[in-house]
Amino acid sequence: MESWRKNPRLFWLFAVPPSFWLLLFFLVPLALVWVLSFGEKVGLVDVVITWQPDNYMRALDPLYLQIFAKSFWFAGLTTAVCLVIGFAVAIAITFAPARRRPLLLMLVMLPFWTNLLIRTYALIAVFRSRGFVNAGLENLWQWANGLLALIGLGELQLLGTEFEPLQLLYNNFAVVAGLVYVHLPFMVLPLYAALDRMDRSYIEASLDLGAGQIRTFGSVVIPLAMPGIVSGVIITFVPALGSFLTPDLLGGTDSQMIANVIERQFKSANDWPFGAALSFILMYITFFAIALRALWVGKRRRGLAA
Amino acid sequence: MSASSPIISINMISKTFPGGVQALDKVSLEVSEGEFFALLGPSGCGKTTLLRILAGFETPSEGEIFIDGADMGHVPPNHRPVNMVFQSYAVFPHMTVAENVAYGLKVTRTERQQIPGMVEEALELVRLEGLGNRMPDRLSGGQRQRVALARALVKKPRVLLLDEPLSALDAKLRETMQLELVRLQNTVGITFVIVTHDQNEALSVADRIAVIDQGRLLQVAGPAELYEYPKSRFVADFIGKMNLFEGTNVGCENGVLSVLVNGLGRLEIPVTEATHADVGLAVRPEKMLLLDEHPGDAYLAFPATVDKLSYQGSETRVFLANEKDVSFEVSVRNASRDSAADPFKGRMWVAWKHADTLILSD
Repeated sequence: MESWRKNPRLFWLFAVPPSFWLLLFFLVPLALVWVLSFGEKVGLVDVVITWQPDNYMRALDPLYLQIFAKSFWFAGLTTAVCLVIGFAVAIAITFAPARRRPLLLMLVMLPFWTNLLIRTYALIAVFRSRGFVNAGLENLWQWANGLLALIGLGELQLLGTEFEPLQLLYNNFAVVAGLVYVHLPFMVLPLYAALDRMDRSYIEASLDLGAGQIRTFGSVVIPLAMPGIVSGVIITFVPALGSFLTPDLLGGTDSQMIANVIERQFKSANDWPFGAALSFILMYITFFAIALRALWVGKRRRGLAA
Repeated sequence: MSASSPIISINMISKTFPGGVQALDKVSLEVSEGEFFALLGPSGCGKTTLLRILAGFETPSEGEIFIDGADMGHVPPNHRPVNMVFQSYAVFPHMTVAENVAYGLKVTRTERQQIPGMVEEALELVRLEGLGNRMPDRLSGGQRQRVALARALVKKPRVLLLDEPLSALDAKLRETMQLELVRLQNTVGITFVIVTHDQNEALSVADRIAVIDQGRLLQVAGPAELYEYPKSRFVADFIGKMNLFEGTNVGCENGVLSVLVNGLGRLEIPVTEATHADVGLAVRPEKMLLLDEHPGDAYLAFPATVDKLSYQGSETRVFLANEKDVSFEVSVRNASRDSAADPFKGRMWVAWKHADTLILSD
């Protein structure tokens, strides 16, 4: 705090351009959308600002509440699955030999270098009826059938007369699988950072005092990794909640998330005020989640200080 | 139980880390029940590896370990009758002091009702009574150290392992804690094995000391024996200060060893055992005297010129050299206020008793 007073010119030199950028390309558009959310559509392109909360009331319609609920369910499930897989991956990297760790971290981050759209289409190639998963399963099916024929059970058609591909695409499963795939790195990295920072002697002390591996994990590793867990959960949950590409490409008719509805308001439905209101509701919810974390951290600090 | 039965038997332990670093090379030693035992050596000598093998955090590449008569070969750390005080203390930051001490009792299904009493007792033992509800980040380094001690001792282990427990404390506190550790060990009667690189610490706390260098066990002895009768040049030099004169053995007859020392000439030293190898002659600085005249036949004496003085309060270190560039370090105790002002200058006789000469062949 002292230093910027000493060098005010330098301070302004560094502070003004980013502030200007933030104002012009973030706060101003955000304010426009906020104003828009209190408007009403008249005619094809015109919007009148009425300052009535009608759009917000409309969002409380059970139809939209259901989609909000479904979005929460998808994002929550995604976060939970990411947490379980991410913890295993983060632990594996943390305890890998030091010279392998950069490679493993690189593998976690590698998908970031590919465009999201391409990654999602790649998932379609994996999951579709004649995709890699089903092709693999079909091979297994044929192999098992061959084995049955060998032991003289071929006539019984125990596995059905022909292979039936699993329906893996255009349903809720595909959406959650896609969201997990996309968001896993967001979970792994903060968890890895927390575990890597953790002094190994805490784990050794717990073992030394007679605790088994599972007890040590529950009583020492998880509590000490808690800041990483909370960060990972938030930076996974928040973008997962607002996803629209993944449900759009991988989901079926009933796997829409709230961002798909918002997108439709701005495009095909051409109802910008309602889309703006939905956007702000989503944002308020996100703020609420982040505020909860801040509260938790503050409470923890005070708890430690007491 | 008798005081001499070994609680720990280490039998030909070797440890080679992946990558080929050999940390321990065929180390064998025994620690008796109730002993305060120190593993002493420079950093990287393998002493911590040996302690971690005892705790079960490392597996030896070769050899075996028995604790309390049981082979520890496949026993995981949580089933060994030992507890450890870590160098970093490893006091769990998310638990109170009392929770930390109770942890080892809770995980091993101790009777619930007994735990608070045992925790209280352990905290009293390390003089932390009344601090049970504190979080560790509100404790000083010395207090955290005591929590680590209480947490380990409350388990009533057969052996307490201490990994450089005092290295993070400042010099004054370290001395207090050394006395405290000895008091604790006397109170609880548990065998303590301490790892340290600080020779003063080892000498002041331990009943016996094992000196380790480059993975090899050099000597195991009590503090006084180790200091006065080191068996090798390394031990002589590592423990305390030592004047070392390398010489050529020119014969050993009738209990008298003749050694030709470069710059000091031919010396005749009475010995109890005959040796025919080349030897080093070693003399502790405080065994040497600085005199104006040759003190007579009971002494070895050489003229030398005072080079510089280093005043240390309780003693003054005097550095001398003779005309052949043989250097001496003599430590003179400042027994009275006036003695510090004693003039050490010019040419003097550096003298010591024959009996204070150590003959080192290793």
